[in-house]
Amino acid sequence: MSGIPHDHYEPKTSGEKWLNSRLPIVGLLYDTLMIPTPKNLNWMWIWGIVLTFCLALQIVTGIVLVMHYTPHVDLAFASIEHIMRNVNGGYMLRYLHMNGASLFFVAVYIHIFRGLFYGSYKAPREITWIIGMLIYLMMMGTAFMGYVLPWGQMSFWGATVITGLFGAIPFVGDAIQTWLLGGPAVDNATLNRFFSLHYLLPFVIAALVIVHIWAFHTTGNNNPTGVEVRRGSKAEAEKDTLPFWPYFVIKDLFALAVILVVFWAIVGYMPNYLGHPDNYIEANPLVTPAHIVPEWYFLPFYAILRAFTGEVWVVQFASFITGGIIDAKFFGVLAMFGAILAMALAPWLDTSTVRSGKYRPMFKWWFYLLVIDFFALMWLGAMPAEEPYATFSLIASAYWFAYFFVILPILGVIEKPLAQPETIEEDFNAHYGKADADATPAE
Amino acid sequence: MFKKLAIGAAFALALAPASTFAAGGGEQHIEDFDFSFEGPFGTWDQNQLQRGLQIYTEVCAACHGLQYIPLRTLEDLGYSEEQVITYAADNFEVFDPELDDFRPAIPTDHFPANTGVGAPDLSLMAKARAGFHGPYGLGINQLVKGMGGAEYIASLLDGYTGEEKEEAGTVLYENKAFPGGWISMAPPLAEDQVEFADGHPATVEAMSEDVAAFLMWTAEPKMMGRKNAGFVGVLFLTVLSVLLYLVNKRLWAPHKGKIRKD
Repeated sequence: MSGIPHDHYEPKTSGEKWLNSRLPIVGLLYDTLMIPTPKNLNWMWIWGIVLTFCLALQIVTGIVLVMHYTPHVDLAFASIEHIMRNVNGGYMLRYLHMNGASLFFVAVYIHIFRGLFYGSYKAPREITWIIGMLIYLMMMGTAFMGYVLPWGQMSFWGATVITGLFGAIPFVGDAIQTWLLGGPAVDNATLNRFFSLHYLLPFVIAALVIVHIWAFHTTGNNNPTGVEVRRGSKAEAEKDTLPFWPYFVIKDLFALAVILVVFWAIVGYMPNYLGHPDNYIEANPLVTPAHIVPEWYFLPFYAILRAFTGEVWVVQFASFITGGIIDAKFFGVLAMFGAILAMALAPWLDTSTVRSGKYRPMFKWWFYLLVIDFFALMWLGAMPAEEPYATFSLIASAYWFAYFFVILPILGVIEKPLAQPETIEEDFNAHYGKADADATPAE
Repeated sequence: MFKKLAIGAAFALALAPASTFAAGGGEQHIEDFDFSFEGPFGTWDQNQLQRGLQIYTEVCAACHGLQYIPLRTLEDLGYSEEQVITYAADNFEVFDPELDDFRPAIPTDHFPANTGVGAPDLSLMAKARAGFHGPYGLGINQLVKGMGGAEYIASLLDGYTGEEKEEAGTVLYENKAFPGGWISMAPPLAEDQVEFADGHPATVEAMSEDVAAFLMWTAEPKMMGRKNAGFVGVLFLTVLSVLLYLVNKRLWAPHKGKIRKD
């Protein structure tokens, strides 16, 4: 399976041979778990495990929550209170699920920015990157629909605003919106289909996760230097790598445990900190909340959506040349999805032959600016749509697009990269000194 | 550098909740009360909750319901089963579809909903409001002082200035804690309006705090269980982290030289 030469599973007993000739599942698991992994991976490479844990956590808590939840506009809100008050441990299940979504997005954003910095998206890992982007899109869909289920004020109005985006599509928008909602407005039909899809999508995500892992197990992991593992022989590959089990499993579990300390403290002591108080008010189609704000993990893209108003010349220009088909609202929708598409296209927009940002003196600063830009957008997404936030949003949105469509292509041409290490082994030894075969465990 | 940046980023994420942008007027003033249930080790003050229930029953219940709260859960406030039976029967009537008529409430009923004058249900009010916002929408206030739902309620009840005005046939009362400054609820509490069995003073301020604490309990009755789970979980996970750290260090030691060059 892997391109890096390593030992494969050999069935020994007659029972193992019997199974292996019929279903080589032990060999598959062995190869997956023992995959040679670059030994210089730093702590940015732990988020995959955190994400896998989040998916499992959300599925397990979600399945139990479903046992007590009622997807009906008259009963949903009360059934959440039933979970919080009457179900054994229900309040922990629900708060874990609620905050689990936030941990999921913290992890996925760091995971994505890790990939952007170390050039993990570049050949030959484009497929891994694209699958990852699909997973991220599905996560957003799942999280959005999950937020509707408690049927609070933000659930209802969030659903109204977001499904309204599809109504902005020219000609067919209204039809699509009605089709999505199951009626002219957010109502019982909407709640039921969102519930159904919220249950379905995590399993689609799980399947995509397997493909994601399959893809990077074929190409091998990227690493902080971006230098490929030597594949000439098994002995050579072993100088650059260590097997995933136990070295990286234990390392990742340690990191996961530390993250879970923080996560558990939030769930136990401030479970509503990341939520919105309005969602403890039952949905009321007749009362609109003063500010409709999405969950924090949607804010950067929400800011981009709102940034392109009718006063922006780009929007006016687009409207002019399309004869009004692309109006400000539709432009905003295109910009929001375009911002995610820009990330997905990174493998083809980045012209640099150097993978890791460590050896790209100019790229580094533009990248750090992108990270700051991301947080600025997140903050702006939560601010009311008025000056000066509108102008800031426009500048921040413009930088997001400029990074992918202008800066990445140009940097590859004008930048003079620093010297990279020849091998991963060299990089590892530069950090930790020459490995000594007889070394006793350091204390 | 990237590692530091990412850690900082994760931290900043935790500091920027959407919840900081709940409806709020500019001059809203929320007092930071010192409730017994605050902080990682704070617990309910049972006497205070009982006083709060009494205030709710004698004052608030006239207009506000508590429809999500089963009467049986009042045993958590330290009442006996008999006391809860008596309390339910004496104070509330519920509609029974089987009898097709009203009957006295029993502990398995919920507090009745009360939509008579359009007053909001109070079951979750302490979680449906946040006391502290900002600064600049960053939520740092809430990180330090808590969400402030109970503080909001207490500040509101104690926040009447005495000014009134009439607008479109409705009398509005000026209130320091209410967004916009004018509320349609008349000042509900007056000095010595309620007589407590424990002889606790019944000033407006004390009663505001008591009923706010009670409403925090109705909104989050399992708070103590949650904090307990939080404490045990954090403790276990910390121990697990230390053990995994040691395992990891030992596991990697043969592959790492003893001297780090950087």
